[in-house]
Amino acid sequence: MDTEVYKIDQISVFIENKKGRFFSVTKVLKEAGVNIRAMSLADTVDFGILRFIVDKPKVAYDALMDKDFIARKNSVLAIAVDDECGGLSNLLGIITKEDLNVEYMYTFINALEKKAVMLFRFEDIDVAIEKLLSSDVELLNRDYIKNV
Amino acid sequence: MWDNPKNLLSRQDIENLQTELLRENIDYAFSNVKFYKEKFSKIGINKSSINSIEDIQKLPFTTKEDFRDNYPFGLFAVPMKNIVRIHASSGTTGKPTVVGYTKKDIDTWSDLVARVARSASVTDEDIVHIAFGYGLFTGGFGLHYGLEKLGAAIVPASSGNTKRQIMLIKDYGATVLVCTPSYAMHIAEVAKELGINPKEDLCLRVGMFGAEPWSEGLRKKLEEALGIKAYDNYGLSEAMGPGVAGECETQNGMHIYEDNFIAEIIDPDTGRPVKDGEYGELVITTLTKEALPLFRYRTRDITRLNKEKCACGSIFARMDKPIGRTDDMMIIRGVNIFPSQIEEVLFGIDGISPHYQIVINRVGALDDAVILVEANEHLFFDDMKHQRMLVDEINAELKSALGIEIKVKIVEPSSIERSIGKAKRIIDNRKI
Ligand SMILES: [Zn+2]
Repeated sequence: MDTEVYKIDQISVFIENKKGRFFSVTKVLKEAGVNIRAMSLADTVDFGILRFIVDKPKVAYDALMDKDFIARKNSVLAIAVDDECGGLSNLLGIITKEDLNVEYMYTFINALEKKAVMLFRFEDIDVAIEKLLSSDVELLNRDYIKNV
Repeated sequence: MWDNPKNLLSRQDIENLQTELLRENIDYAFSNVKFYKEKFSKIGINKSSINSIEDIQKLPFTTKEDFRDNYPFGLFAVPMKNIVRIHASSGTTGKPTVVGYTKKDIDTWSDLVARVARSASVTDEDIVHIAFGYGLFTGGFGLHYGLEKLGAAIVPASSGNTKRQIMLIKDYGATVLVCTPSYAMHIAEVAKELGINPKEDLCLRVGMFGAEPWSEGLRKKLEEALGIKAYDNYGLSEAMGPGVAGECETQNGMHIYEDNFIAEIIDPDTGRPVKDGEYGELVITTLTKEALPLFRYRTRDITRLNKEKCACGSIFARMDKPIGRTDDMMIIRGVNIFPSQIEEVLFGIDGISPHYQIVINRVGALDDAVILVEANEHLFFDDMKHQRMLVDEINAELKSALGIEIKVKIVEPSSIERSIGKAKRIIDNRKI
């Protein structure tokens, strides 16, 4: 089975934690005709890491590098969670049981009806796909995300 | 390796020659420069005061201020009729330092630069791309005349328009690059942006870099990025320009051409000579200059001398890369720090961009320094944990090298101002 279809492209960008930098990144993406599907910001006093799921990852990456941003491409997994009490907790329980290391996670808002979609960056994405597929978890593939 | 037999003099021969030339030079300056006549008379110095090389310590120092006080031509020993060239150093404050050359001086200078180039393995077969500015600065013309004397084919590209420079280097097949080390790095980066791999697409084999301080780490980076062997050379316009000292293929210090100069190392605070091999301020006396003889000039460069015989066979004293300038020295929270120490740490960490800047502020009564380092692919991780570990690692290395805590801040690419000439490494916002 092709597990590649579960790898969702993500773009991360280094930004300095000062006024207007966040906006500059979104402006570059807008000008490049890229739509942002999901986004998260991890920041410290000095700097931040912006992460995006976009409709055209390659265009987004090139546009950012072209404008002198430092960006990185990698993959995350999208998992559907029942939008009810305990949904996320069940999922995290499975992840812990399977002994998977999560580097970070964030929410994909309004993705599905009655379900929330979470994006996970695992230390080892291939192991994570294998284990999650064999457990009771709704792993979403690339096309699913594209059509959201 | 050496073309010039003078490179192989013994220590005793060198000292005898220096003593002899120094005596003559004192006489010469006494008769031809009012400034020296007054200075020497005042303390009763003349030719017969010098009987051994140690007697040079009886002479007073000459400083940059003396040049300023005698601006523009007051220190010249010959009438303008005999001057064929004038150069000046970029004065960051006040008037520039003006220097003059007779026809014989230009000849001597060219010989010295040719020796520096020769010892860096450059020959008449080489095509040399000179990207030093041609102008009042001695770097451009100094290297040009010396390399011409050596018989190399020179491309006098001067400074500016990096893309065009890269095109020239590529199309003309330059084998030697002459410029400042920071500009060489800039060339390597721009070439990469243009899709040119310097190691494969260019014929460069040697870099002769100078005119600003640079570290061993930067040397490795330049050698790696451009596929060259990078040589350091040293000079200052007051003493001549480039050609005072240069590395041989052993690359263990720069040989000072002691048949033309006397080098001393002094404690910058007391003016007393330091022990052999210790760091201090380099003091230069010229022995063969007509237009502008110079006695015990305080260069403000901090270095040390090695008088052991070199593996290349020459006994000429070798000076280390200056670790800083007496006026570059930063005192941060009471500790003496040279930018070169910081550079050594940064370049020792894999992937650090050579673009950095030290910013010093005063917060209340305390100095607060931060080192800005530009992010690049090697310095950016997608997760916080790795990003923080990297910064912590750099901070720890800096602390152990400097003895005080100065933190690194990673900034966005290209946010530190680029320089074509000398890199601006320090922003000191303290108002003291
Ligand atoms: Zn040597």
